[in-house]
Amino acid sequence: MSTQEFFSFFPQSAARWEDVPVLPLSSLADGLAQLVQQGGRILAFFPLPDGRQELELLAVVGDPDSGALRAARTRVSRTYPSLVSRIPQLHLFEREIAERYGVVPEGHPWLKPVRFPKSSQGPWGPLAPGTGPFFQLEGSQVHEVAVGPVHAGVIEPGHFRFQCLGEVVQHLEIVLGYQHRGVEESFCQQPAKRRLAAVETVAGDSTVAHTLAYCEALEALAGLQVSPRAAALRAVALELERLANHVGDLGALAGDVAFLPTASFCGRLRGEILNLTAELCGNRFGRGLLQPGGFRYDLGAETETTIRQRLADLEPELAASIELMLEAPSVLGRFEGTGRLSAEAARELGTVGVAARASGLPVDSRAQFPSGMYRFLHVPMATASSGDVFARAWVRWLEVQHSLKLVEELLGSLPAGELQGTIGPLQPSSLAVGLAEGFRGEVCHVAVTNERGELAAYKIVDPSFHNWSALAYVMRGQDISDFPLCNKSFNLSYCGFDL
Amino acid sequence: MWSVLKARAKQTAKPYPYPQRLPVLPQRFRGLPSLDASRCQEGCQACAEACPTDAIQVAPWQLDMGRCLFCGRCEEACPPHALTFTREFRLAARKREDLVVSPEKQFQLAQALDRELAALFGRSLRLRQVSAGGCNACEADANVLGTVTFDMARFGVQFVASPRHADGLLVTGPVTENMREALLATYEAVPQPKIVIASGACAISGGPFAGFPAVHNGVDKFLPVNLYVPGCPPHPWTLLDGILRLLGRLREQRENP
Ligand code: SF4
Repeated sequence: MSTQEFFSFFPQSAARWEDVPVLPLSSLADGLAQLVQQGGRILAFFPLPDGRQELELLAVVGDPDSGALRAARTRVSRTYPSLVSRIPQLHLFEREIAERYGVVPEGHPWLKPVRFPKSSQGPWGPLAPGTGPFFQLEGSQVHEVAVGPVHAGVIEPGHFRFQCLGEVVQHLEIVLGYQHRGVEESFCQQPAKRRLAAVETVAGDSTVAHTLAYCEALEALAGLQVSPRAAALRAVALELERLANHVGDLGALAGDVAFLPTASFCGRLRGEILNLTAELCGNRFGRGLLQPGGFRYDLGAETETTIRQRLADLEPELAASIELMLEAPSVLGRFEGTGRLSAEAARELGTVGVAARASGLPVDSRAQFPSGMYRFLHVPMATASSGDVFARAWVRWLEVQHSLKLVEELLGSLPAGELQGTIGPLQPSSLAVGLAEGFRGEVCHVAVTNERGELAAYKIVDPSFHNWSALAYVMRGQDISDFPLCNKSFNLSYCGFDL
Repeated sequence: MWSVLKARAKQTAKPYPYPQRLPVLPQRFRGLPSLDASRCQEGCQACAEACPTDAIQVAPWQLDMGRCLFCGRCEEACPPHALTFTREFRLAARKREDLVVSPEKQFQLAQALDRELAALFGRSLRLRQVSAGGCNACEADANVLGTVTFDMARFGVQFVASPRHADGLLVTGPVTENMREALLATYEAVPQPKIVIASGACAISGGPFAGFPAVHNGVDKFLPVNLYVPGCPPHPWTLLDGILRLLGRLREQRENP
């Protein structure tokens, strides 16, 4: 079969439900496999609950060459043959569907709960979070290390099972779900004002990215183009979010290898960048800044100057403290060669964001699926090839420099005009995709309306959903004592995964 | 080595002299709400209708800061500007009901722990942080108290890794069903006497997730809470101020010593 059968559309436009073909499962699988082989990535794969006996599954794939999205549907009943062995990127999506709807992918290599909701329909029934079985090694020299859910440090909960031979990890299984708040399950029943509040707190450090994806999906369904000024300010907010988090992550990496000067400098500099977002909207995390239809706060000339001035002042300080770390032999000794993710593994797992770029994959939705202001900006693709902790640090440092330039460029040429448009009724029986490149990677929201134009299904895919598997994978053959460092080099979200 | 020393010498950052000097918060920061009831129009419910978390009731008017996300939608919706948010960031309270503010009731800031506990923890408090469904914003802004600017360690307050080394918990998140057991086990592991701080709208009331079947609408459904710190997330100064008041390190109600 050819992938022509998939419906092709662009981000920021809505697709009519009837235009998205319903394919037999085998044709859908062929099409997906072909798209993935050509460099496409599965953005989302989820069911549309419509109360019928059969479950309708929707697959959305991003084709980076054309910048287009491809969508197709299929229908399955209680069981279907798992597609994971052909298309590994689907592994968690299939588990997620089994858990929520009880539809079993037969032959899935590791069919287990994803988030352990009480309402689980999974073939295993409702289970307490963290319940096994876990993948286990056998042998007299083998031992197992179990960590979490409550960890040392101010950090979210998760459970980690290491299978070790001596100090060396043979396999790591990461079990999440502790932060599960039921966002997707409860989403469509909420009034719009509460949906926005929930989206802003899906992953607290990615408020702008998630809100942007939500807004763009709704605006596509409403056929609304936000004003150029609003689009530009949204991009400023997104880049400030990236800056603060990348700087914070670089500081955390320094802290992990006890390189204290950079840990301390970056901790403070991150705070100063968060304070710039607070200048925009009063909140350090950008809550209340974006809303469907536009941008909530205008930027006066004075605040604009303050932000530009402060960023200009921060630049040399950032360079000094980050370069200090990236040049220190003691740091390089820990960073280089640790937690290596090959390009091939990254591609197979569907890795996104910093982690993918550090392994040499040119994956950045700002450049590949640009929307809003990014259609007019040149976003350099920051990549590295070694795929190790160093590469992930290095890519962050490159992106800090790029984001500083982008903000300066955006603020230097802010279009005039209105900030807020009115969002009208949503197009009925349609779907739209919002994609935003958050600091961790691609945030994908898919909104589906029913025939009355109400939200009928809502799917949220945080970059962490793709990337936790990559972290588990890089620990193979690694000393267990390197886990905290590897973990920080990915810095994934627990609540963004758990939803 | 030399480059490190040189970089260190260039760093001029110091802790902000709190509480001797009050921090300057951004113009748009929203702190303690204030209502001028004389401006309210008969029958108007615009503020309550705009609120994503049903924090506001009208007739008689009251706002529950424990539910409030400080998003300012209510202020925006209020045509005669009866409702405004001040930049007062000191918002922590000892009792849940103290977070409900109205024009008649002046906000009561957190009082110190009783003499015995204050004597025990006043000069040294070790906290174990538990995220029970927190989105990582409350956690991040608690963590930040360790950076130079806030430097909470200078007051003897620290986060520790083990609950067995802790004097209490700082809980964030609405308490998801999936974290309930781990939270209670962590609390059990803290030696007596112990305190609990609920930080952020989620931990106080469920916040944006209140009423979602997978969460429990706040920590005090399970544990006795000694300090409530409102916000989404609470500003680091709000949290630090609350902790210091709880420990009896700031005596005055409004003024700092
Ligand atoms: S600021 Fe608080 S009370 Fe006002 S609308 Fe937002 S959440 Fe509700």
